[in-house]
Parts: sequence; C-alpha cells; structure tokens
Amino acid sequence: MRIFRDAGHLFRLAGVYLAGTLAFVVIRAAVVPHSFGQYGHYRGAAIAEIAAKPLHFAGHQTCETCHTDIAQTKASGMHAHVNCEACHGPLAQHADDPSIDPGKPEVAALCVRCHGASAARPKNFPQVDAAQHSGGVPCNTCHQPHNPAIAAAGGSK
Amino acid sequence: MNITRRRLLILLPAAAVAWESVLAGTPEASPNYSMTDHWWGMLIDIPKCIGCGNCVRACQAENDVPDGFFRTWVERYHVDDWNLENPQVISPDGGKEGFPSVADDPSGKYFFVPKLCNHCADSPCTQVCPVGATFISPDGVVLVDQKYCLGCAYCVQACPYGCRYIHPTKKVADKCTLCYHRITKGLTTACCEACPTGARQLADLKNPNDPIHAFLKTHSVRVLKPEMATGAKVFYDELDGSVR
Repeated sequence: MRIFRDAGHLFRLAGVYLAGTLAFVVIRAAVVPHSFGQYGHYRGAAIAEIAAKPLHFAGHQTCETCHTDIAQTKASGMHAHVNCEACHGPLAQHADDPSIDPGKPEVAALCVRCHGASAARPKNFPQVDAAQHSGGVPCNTCHQPHNPAIAAAGGSK
Repeated sequence: MNITRRRLLILLPAAAVAWESVLAGTPEASPNYSMTDHWWGMLIDIPKCIGCGNCVRACQAENDVPDGFFRTWVERYHVDDWNLENPQVISPDGGKEGFPSVADDPSGKYFFVPKLCNHCADSPCTQVCPVGATFISPDGVVLVDQKYCLGCAYCVQACPYGCRYIHPTKKVADKCTLCYHRITKGLTTACCEACPTGARQLADLKNPNDPIHAFLKTHSVRVLKPEMATGAKVFYDELDGSVR
C-alpha cells in the first residue's frame, strides 16, 4: 500500500538535504582552525604564536647577571634607574652570544637626546646647551655615563 | 634484526634527526605563565616624559615596525596661554629622533604625550572585525592574528586613538601587542625598558602587589577619550585637558 503517490520525491529531497548537511559539517571542520573558539571568537593558537616572537631587548636583569661591576657603579648614581639598553640599544643577540661585540654608543648624539636644553622639557630635568656647556668636548671626558656626577667620576667605564 | 654496518649507517643519521626534533619540542613560549592571572595595562607619567623618543625607537627595533608606521609615538603639545581648545601638536617622525628645541621663556606651556594602543577592555576595533582576527586575550591585551586577518582595515577606522595601521608589505592589520612576547616571559615591554625616566610603566592590574594600585589611589589619573567608554587601560598621570 502506498501512503503517498510519488513518495520517492520526498526521500530524494531528504537525501539531498542530508548530503548538503554532511558536506557543510565536513567542510566546516576542515576549514575552521582547531583552536578557533578556544577562548572566544578567534583562533586560540594565535596567542601562543604571538608570544613566541623573538626578543631584541634582553632586559636589564639579563645584562646585570654578567656586568655586575657596571650595575654597582650605576646603582649609586643619577642613572640608577636608566636601563642598560636605553642607551646601548637592543642587545638580546649579545646576551645570547657574548662574543658578538655590541659596540659603544655615539656619545655626542646620545647624551643630548635626553639632556639637550629645551623649554619644552620638564623644568626639573637636568638640561644643557651642549655647545655652550662643553664647547665640543665629548660629554664622557668629564662625566662617567654610568654615574654621571663629576665628583663620582673615577676613570671612564 | 641484525644490525649490519650498512643498517647502522642508515639508522644513525635518522636517529640524530629524530632526537633533534625531540629536543626542539613544540614552541612553548611561556611555560609558567597563566593568562587568567593577569590583566595588563600601562601607566604614563606625563611630568616625567622628556620627549627623547627612546620608546619609539625601541618599539621599532623590538617589533620590526616598518619606517613611517608607529605602534607607539610621542606627541608634543603646545598650549598657548588660555587657548585650550586649539593646542598645537607636533610629532615629527613619531618623535623617533626627538623634537626641535624650544628657546627659553616660551609662551604658554609645553608637554609630551606618549601614545600607544590603550588595550581597551571594550575595544571598538575588536568588535568590528568581520572574521575574528583581532581580539582581546584573556589577560587583557588586544592582539591581531595576522594569519587570519584579511586586511580590510575596518579596525583601523574603528580605533578612536589611531593606533592601528595596515602593514605595508604584509597587508594585514598591525598594532601594539604590549610586547606580548616579553610580558609573558616576565619582562617589561621594550618601550618601558628603554624609557630613561620611568615615564612609562607596565602595569598588571590583577596583581595586588603591583605599584599601579598605590599610584592610582594617590594621583589624578585619566584615560584618553573617557567619553567613548572604551575601557582604556593606559592611564595618564596629570594629563592636560587639551589632549585629544
């Protein structure tokens, strides 16, 4: 006995629908990254990828493990809270392989970058007009950069 | 199986390669870091900023930021006497090489404002991304998944602080990651590391021992554009009312 005439049409339609759903589920599983939705509407694995980027600045803690003498010189002076790489630049490569010579910063440009006189700078910050102050004599002739007060200068480091 | 000399010679390099990959392991960035224990922000102490540009250069070196684009930059404000609504703002090359000096006895006042992504808790930029390529991480850092980003630049338009750009060669959105690769290893950001005066300080708002809490209690601190309710987490100490 037949419930519907031409019921085959419905079964075929159901089959097409089922195949479509299956295709959607399979393609979606293949296309959406596994970690998508792990923490929210984004690829969770991206966080670890960003966190794995290489360092360029080693950080002053790393510098101080070897350069203890300079850390000591610095600790009592005005530059105590100026981190090594603020002047010396990014040196993670040197920290990984100490045989890489980091070179020395160029004093003439370096010091005035912070201490060059400008009325735009905070009033309590020590500033000099370099030409007037030293007449072209390099800053580290008198000031020892790691502990810049003149009285503290005992040979240049 | 007999180990003949021929087999051994074949097996040894294979074993060496296998052992190498065992040693290398998976790129585990930060084994002792738990994302749920942190909520990152930054403190910027305006009276301490001297406009040296160290932060801008450090950021470019640390994050390979292309020339002419900035994840952080420094602006110099000049507010002439009573004319608060029309400050003159300059930022030559993002302040990377400092600022032209100003002669003594200037009219009005000058100050520097370092800027960077505010890592908003309710950021407009993450809300508009059509593909879920930018998001706020569980520890409160707004990041871009550059493998997923289409480069549609919708987020660049949405950021009220102008902190995003389309990378000129990668053609995807790029921005400050708050040096996520550093802070997850217990280091501070490159800009904070390079700041000579301590005008920038990384702050972990979930850490009760972080000095930020004492600072916020005792100083008049503001965020940029509070009227936009973005939940900005870069706090500015003594921010002038003229700053946009």
